[in-house]
Amino acid sequence: MSTFDIAQYKISAEPFYQALGNEVALYEAAYAARLPVMLKGPTGCGKSRFVEHMAWKLNKPLITVACNEDMTASDLVGRYLLDANGTRWLDGPLTLAARHGAICYLDEVVEARQDTTVVIHPLTDHRRTLPLDKKGELVAAHADFQLVISYNPGYQSLMKDLKQSTKQRFAAMEFDYPSAELEASIVCRESGIDSVTAGRLVQIGVVARNLKGHGLDEGISTRLLVYAATLINRGIAPNDACRMALVRPITDDADIRDTLDHAIDAVFI
Amino acid sequence: MQDAHRKLVCNFVRVQSVFDDCLAHAQMKLSDAGVDAYVDGAQVICKMGRGEEPVLAFLEEMPLVAAQLGENVIAEVVEFTRKLARTPNSKSIPPFLQSLAAAARHLESHRLFSEYLQLVWQTMERTSPKVHGIDSMYTSECLPDFLKNVPFLLGQLSLGGLKNWVDYGIKGYPNDPERQRGYFMLQSADSRAVLQRERHGTLLTDHERKLDMYLRGMWGSEAVFFPYSLAFDQLRKPSPYLDDNGIHLPDVYDDFLPSSPCVGKGGVRGIDRYRALLAHVSAHRRWTKPLMADNFSPFQRISIEVFEDSRVEWLAMREYPGLRKLWCTLHPAPAEIEHEDGVSYIRHRLTMMSRALLDPGHGYTHPLIIKYAGQFHALMETGNADTKSMIDLGVHFISESRLRSDSSAKVYFDQTEIDYRDDNRLMWRFFEDGDEEVYEARPRKAQPDEQSEEAKMPPRLYPEWDYMAQHYHPDWVSLYEHLHPSGNAAYIDQLLAKHSALAKKLKRIIDMLKPQQKVRVRYQEEGSELDLDVAIRSLIDFKSGTQPDPRINMSHKNDGRSIAVSLLLDLSASLADIPAGCTQSKLELSQEAVSLLGWAVDQMGDPFAIGGFHSDTRHEVRYLHIKGYKEPWGDEVKARLAAMDAGFSTRMGAALRHAGHYLSHQQADKKLLLVLTDGEPADIDSRDPQHLIEDSRMAVRELDQQGIYTYCINLDPRADSYVADIFGKRYAVIDNIQRLPERLPQLFMALTR
Repeated sequence: MSTFDIAQYKISAEPFYQALGNEVALYEAAYAARLPVMLKGPTGCGKSRFVEHMAWKLNKPLITVACNEDMTASDLVGRYLLDANGTRWLDGPLTLAARHGAICYLDEVVEARQDTTVVIHPLTDHRRTLPLDKKGELVAAHADFQLVISYNPGYQSLMKDLKQSTKQRFAAMEFDYPSAELEASIVCRESGIDSVTAGRLVQIGVVARNLKGHGLDEGISTRLLVYAATLINRGIAPNDACRMALVRPITDDADIRDTLDHAIDAVFI
Repeated sequence: MQDAHRKLVCNFVRVQSVFDDCLAHAQMKLSDAGVDAYVDGAQVICKMGRGEEPVLAFLEEMPLVAAQLGENVIAEVVEFTRKLARTPNSKSIPPFLQSLAAAARHLESHRLFSEYLQLVWQTMERTSPKVHGIDSMYTSECLPDFLKNVPFLLGQLSLGGLKNWVDYGIKGYPNDPERQRGYFMLQSADSRAVLQRERHGTLLTDHERKLDMYLRGMWGSEAVFFPYSLAFDQLRKPSPYLDDNGIHLPDVYDDFLPSSPCVGKGGVRGIDRYRALLAHVSAHRRWTKPLMADNFSPFQRISIEVFEDSRVEWLAMREYPGLRKLWCTLHPAPAEIEHEDGVSYIRHRLTMMSRALLDPGHGYTHPLIIKYAGQFHALMETGNADTKSMIDLGVHFISESRLRSDSSAKVYFDQTEIDYRDDNRLMWRFFEDGDEEVYEARPRKAQPDEQSEEAKMPPRLYPEWDYMAQHYHPDWVSLYEHLHPSGNAAYIDQLLAKHSALAKKLKRIIDMLKPQQKVRVRYQEEGSELDLDVAIRSLIDFKSGTQPDPRINMSHKNDGRSIAVSLLLDLSASLADIPAGCTQSKLELSQEAVSLLGWAVDQMGDPFAIGGFHSDTRHEVRYLHIKGYKEPWGDEVKARLAAMDAGFSTRMGAALRHAGHYLSHQQADKKLLLVLTDGEPADIDSRDPQHLIEDSRMAVRELDQQGIYTYCINLDPRADSYVADIFGKRYAVIDNIQRLPERLPQLFMALTR
């Protein structure tokens, strides 16, 4: 165990993040008090990037876990492994973070089974401990440890929701798509495309977001806009790049596709 | 010529008198062989002994047809006429021959023309009355009427459309010759409706959803569309316009094919013509401020309109540059022409101006046009041009370019119609007598329903939220609960049978969702039993010295669903409407959807209640019990569903509270209240539209506090303005309402998966 090097989880280069409001200050304050933080917002609006940026800024290692339906508590906490010489305990990502003082980021936490999410409870209140019942150890969290979860409230299923007892352990920050100018500057910065084209891409994004709820479950995310810009940078014609990166991924509805295709032709001549 | 003349042996005086002219005409159009065939044909028709009419029609029409389609067609027509003469329908021969020129002009190819002849023959056969299956004894009454209408019909329909139209007429009235005749004379409503359906081009009804999305997506606005027909109004062509109700636009647009080479290459699809129109109208809605019309002469007004149209387009194109190409294609490009005396060129001049403002590559040399285009663009670039500043440009342009001939009665109209632009009626305000007077609506007393048919249960009183005062009106609404009247349960079974394919599809999903009681959870480190497959695999791994998987146990868990669902149906009067493009009313579609949902939920075994509501002022909100939670999905429930009816208004808050009241008493982990509605909350005693919306929003919030998840399914495509206010993110707008029966159960399952 002593050979484990937490430094590998440190982020060396600054991940680009464009602040939209005072979220950086808010997060810093939450981190100073080691409050657990919940990030809410639609897909592809920059939640994960924000966490990376903050980890870099605070110079703390970041351990990210993408949650899924099959994840069990021991996938988070750790388990005994059998090998030819007997058994060996292997810390899970949550235990690692708690032991070594990292920021643990549970991405899309509603995807995990509800019994799984309960294991984070003792870490997220005044106790700040993690009991490893199989190993018979009580890990007291490192002073630098912080838990961050992200969650997309747009799922619209009453089954996929966090328990109140889980929700009420976090300070929450709401994210949304940035304003048009900011989003254009983000697309510019991320893909290195010129600002006029970036502005036009954002315009298409706005069109799709207006259609949300009318056959579209989610609008076009900033991430997809960056993809489209990247394709354009590689020499693809803007109209084709937009169709490929923006329209085809998000819808199978012929009417919506046609409307968005028209929007693309109206924006890019 | 003498030679040819000798061949036509014919004693009809009128034929002889026109023959020379016709022959001369034919010789201009046709080759020598063609002329021979033409004269021979006339001879044959002459010898049929059906009078002079057929011969005259043949002589007049045939050269044009043959010139268009090739000379072989002459023999074909003669042969067909001969066949027709042998049936009892010889009086159809003149109209048949007269229809040929129009048919040739529209069909343009010999192959299609032959199909047209076949169609005429079939129409004749199928509309002739039959006795004992023998049909050669009676004349077809419809055929002459049909043939007279062919030129008009082919102007509207493709040959395929014409075939469908004919087919409908034949099949629709097999035993009713009078109405059939009315159909073929284009007099019956059916006939016009089918014609409308079969028109070539892009029908508005087929694309309304796309256009809705276009407005919503690109312009962030909504509008009601009112289609008008171009087909029957020959005198004055209606033009699109915008008024307080919505956008009025043609019911169909053909694809636009550029007629003159200066318009650029490529046509415009019908749907894009609609979009061009909507873009123009939306630009007006966004940027035009109304002006007082009384200060300007009519000429000044149209000139100001040209500049204002160009201004809003300029602004729109700054946002969506692709619109320039679309508009440039649709905008006429009149050439600079020599002016004749006594003709007013004012429209021509203004259209050139408009073109010059739209299209930088206009190429006009008229000094005033260049001057004003420069001024216009300079002004636009400054960024503070508004509707008022267009007055200056418009008034000066029209006075500086004024010619004496401008007020002539004869106006030059060629290439001056810009058909994607509306008539700007909202741009002008007219000051009229009486504008200062204020009319106040007289307050109307809320009248409770006096004649209640049956002895009622005492009402349940519910509060209502007043958002202006920020408090509840206590015991404000009286809610009466009734048992829903019953109808015929077999009707619902029929509906379910109709959707049996869909039901099978749902059944598959249900089987996957259905609680299986015991479910095996594999790959567990700790569990109640050893999972042998995994254990053996792990042991092999272990023995062979590699890392074994420790998750060798399995356990069982009870996979029970514990959801109580209440479905609240809005039974207000608007439910009886038949939405555009549908054949069934919303009520019927809702009935189908609810039946399917009821069946599906019954299969899942969740406790499920159905209630309907409507209201007639706050003194009488009716909550109609259709199904209770423990009531089985049986004939009684189906009978009540079958009797579903629409009436009165939508006071949603009280109904929500009442349904929530029952739901909160259910034992379940999750409680779901589904609301199926087609409009915003409204009642006749509530003047402020916001009031009932705010009340419903409060009701939803109260339910939320009780742990009830409320979800709205809205059938109103323009629901966005209020539904999010009430339900937050928990709503779905179904704008493709015909798919409601499919969507409702799917939504339910997605919500509870």
